[in-house]
This record gives sequence, C-alpha cells and structure tokens, in this order.
Amino acid sequence: MSDTATRLRGKDLLGIAGLTAEEITLILDTAEAMKEVSARPIKKVPALRGKTVINLFYEPSTRTRTSFEVAEKRLSADTLSIAIASSSVVKGETLIDTALNLEAMNPDIVVMRHASSGACHLLARTCQAGIVNAGDGMHEHPTQALLDAFTIRERKGRLKGLKVAITGDLLHSRVFRSNAYLLTTMGAEVWACGPPTLMPAGIARLGVRPTTRVEEAVEGADAVMMLRIQLERMQGGFFPSLREYFQVFGMTPARVRLAKPDAIIMHPGPMNRGVEIESEVADGPASVILDQVANGVAVRMAVLYLLAGGSDDETAA
Amino acid sequence: MPILMDGERVGRTLTRIAHEIVERNRGVGDLALIGVRTRGVPIARRLAAILREITGVDVPTGALDITLYRDDLMKSAVGPQPIVRRTEIPFSIDGRHIVLVDDVLYTGRTIRAALDALIDFGRPSTIQLVVLVDRGHRELPIKADYVGKNVPTSRREVVSVRLAEVDGADEIVLGQVEGAGA
Repeated sequence: MSDTATRLRGKDLLGIAGLTAEEITLILDTAEAMKEVSARPIKKVPALRGKTVINLFYEPSTRTRTSFEVAEKRLSADTLSIAIASSSVVKGETLIDTALNLEAMNPDIVVMRHASSGACHLLARTCQAGIVNAGDGMHEHPTQALLDAFTIRERKGRLKGLKVAITGDLLHSRVFRSNAYLLTTMGAEVWACGPPTLMPAGIARLGVRPTTRVEEAVEGADAVMMLRIQLERMQGGFFPSLREYFQVFGMTPARVRLAKPDAIIMHPGPMNRGVEIESEVADGPASVILDQVANGVAVRMAVLYLLAGGSDDETAA
Repeated sequence: MPILMDGERVGRTLTRIAHEIVERNRGVGDLALIGVRTRGVPIARRLAAILREITGVDVPTGALDITLYRDDLMKSAVGPQPIVRRTEIPFSIDGRHIVLVDDVLYTGRTIRAALDALIDFGRPSTIQLVVLVDRGHRELPIKADYVGKNVPTSRREVVSVRLAEVDGADEIVLGQVEGAGA
C-alpha cells in the first residue's frame, strides 16, 4: 500500500474502525483545504451542486446537526433535515421502512444519528446512498474523532508519538471509541481514565492504556480530552455523587499543570462545568474547545466531498 | 520525445512575459499574480521575482486551487475524486488587475473554473491570463493575454511542463498519450 490514499474505499463512513492511516490522512488533508473555504467572503463552493443530502437525526443534537448542515450548504448540496419528533417514526414506522422511503427520493448521502449501536450499518446495507454515521448509540462517532485529530494536528503538527489523555465516561462514549481507534491507528499513545464502573470490558483491546488515576493519565500529556458525564444514561449507581466525581476526576488547573506546558484542553461538548471540567480550565488559554467546533465544519465538508465521488466498486486506483 | 523548451528558454520566456505585463499595465501598481495549482504557482512566483527586479515593487502573489469548481467533479466513473489543496490569496482582489498564471492552456475548462473561483473572492477590475504553452483545442471561448509559446498539437499528444520547484528541473516536452483517447 502506498503512503498516500487518493480516495476512501467505501461508499459510507460508518466508523473509524476499518479506515487505514492513509485514508485518515486524506480526510485530514482535504479538511485543511476546506477550512480555507470557511474563511472566504463568499463561504460557498459548487462542488456538491445538484447532490441531495438528508440529515436524519433520531437523537437530539444541536452541534453535530448544525455542523453537518453548514458543511453541506458550503458545498452547495441540497439538504434537508428530518426532525424525528415531527416524522412518521412517532407513528410507528421502522428504521428500514423509513430508509426505503427516503431512498425512493434518491438522495446521494444520508447523515444519520441513532440511539442504537449499528443502526447506520443496517441503513448502509439497505440503501444505495452513502451513509455517514453522526453517532450511533455507544458505538462510534467518526466525524467527532476526525475533528479532534484535525485540531490536535493543527496545534501540534502531527499525531504520531503524542500522549493523549482521555478522561470521563468511557463506557457510554462513542466519542471515546472513535478517538481510541483513530489516535492509535495514527501512532499516538492514548491513556484512558475514568472510574472502574465506567470502563468498558476489554478496554485494553482498543490499544489504549487504562488507568483510574487521573494524575497518571494527564502527566506529560500533549492533549487532554474530557468526555461528558452522560447524566441521561446514568440509571445505575456508577459513582456516589457528581461532587465526588469532580473531586477524583474533575479537570482542575492543578491537574492540568501536570501535563506538558503547551498541552491543549479538549471537550466534544456539551460540557458539564463543575463535573468533568472546571470553568477556569474550559475557558483558559490552553482550551481549544471552540476550535474543535469550527474544525468540525471543515472535517465534515471533507468527508462529504470524498464520499460524494462514489463508491470504489471498480478496481482501486 | 521532442523538447519544446529547455530551462534556459523557459527563463527567457518568463522575462519577456514579465516585461509585457509591465508594458500593458503601465507599471505594476494595482497588479496581483495568482497561480493555478499545481504548476501555475511556481510560475507566478518566478514572474513576481522578475517583476521585482524590473520595477523594484513586490507584487502580491497567491495560489488558487480550482478542484471544487471543476465541471467534471462528480462524473468520476473513471478516477477518484481529485485531491483538494489549499487556496491562498492573502490580499483583497477587489479593484485589482489580476494576472492569472497557468502552465498549459488546452480546452479552457481549467481557466473557466479559475474565473468562477476568483469571482467568489471579490470583484477584480481586470483578469488577464498568462500561460507558458498554448496547445490549442479550445472548447470554450477563452484566450490568453500572454503566451510563452504556441504549440500546434494533436489530441493524442501530451504537453508536460516540468519545473525545478516541483519536478527537479525546467523542461517542456511533447509526448504521446499511452493507449487511445484522452
């Protein structure tokens, strides 16, 4: 395999697992060109003119949905977003029936978020259109990991050999899984930290180093990434109280000082201030949290552009 | 393969074009050079260096990637999506005389895309076109203002412009398309 990929192999982006380092680099390089488009006086290029993109969000989302919509519009695609609360899903239609009905309208790409892990894979097998996973249950959120990697690379110039600490709810987090796949594929050293009750079984198989001591994870890190404590998924007693969680795992200025002096602070949002991160850290000079949001548009433009070129059914170039 | 221009000839040609640009625009006051990626960019930089020698003025120079404006973008039955590279125009083009620079003028479709892309950056007062080689076979009503060399070609031939910055040495050669069609 050559050092540079010129295309993605599939018609879909369902997860980071299965992407090669070359494909990830292609997406990140393309995103760099796309970021410049957003800085122009006319923030629009005609690349996806005449293409139809459907945003199908079965879970509430502001940041990701808006980011995809902006990305689609900047590429001149025709887009429509389906809010599930007002759709026929509430009348009992199955996912496959919804997909077949949308497919009949001949969209080129469907962006979907769903509460069930693997829902996008089901859709990808059913539909001709390219499917982009915008988060499926506790499985993957590939564009989030790509925008995180883009942000790290933008600040550090590389991914290989960096120490990245990820702390928080590892068990329920699709952001964690996608980041673990991506960063380890690109040669970064990933430390994963959280209470034992919030660690997925077999976490070491992801190629990360698990620890329950936040100081150990953060020490000497180039990037520190917090995950949201997902209060809506906390039906069991995973830890005694939010206050105790903050005491043991919360990112405070004192803990940040253990990282490299030029370390960056990241959070995929939405933040629970005073739970996983202290405001002084979230709003501090090392925080790149708003850069992550801006870079999300560029990365999603890159993914849409690369997928809209069609699948790789013919022989590879 | 016949050599159309060697390194020395490329250098002399660019010097001549630089003088023509100064003559036509009566100086370089509101001028800016924009190279079309890939090989238009080093050519634009060389013209800027020559213009500086002639006039003592630094002419702003930019790079334009036209990939997202191509008219054959989504008809990719044959190849992958072309790789998109950064456009870098670190100055306002409003009211300026823009000199667009490319290596070879052929069908005119690249220049059509470049014109569309440029207009999205503002409203230049004029756009002029420099090409190192004009090989004919235009499919659109587009014509260059400054031409290094006119080369009659057949569609079965390829004009390869090699530049020191990209390819290690300066040379323009005429070759044959392998297989049929283009």
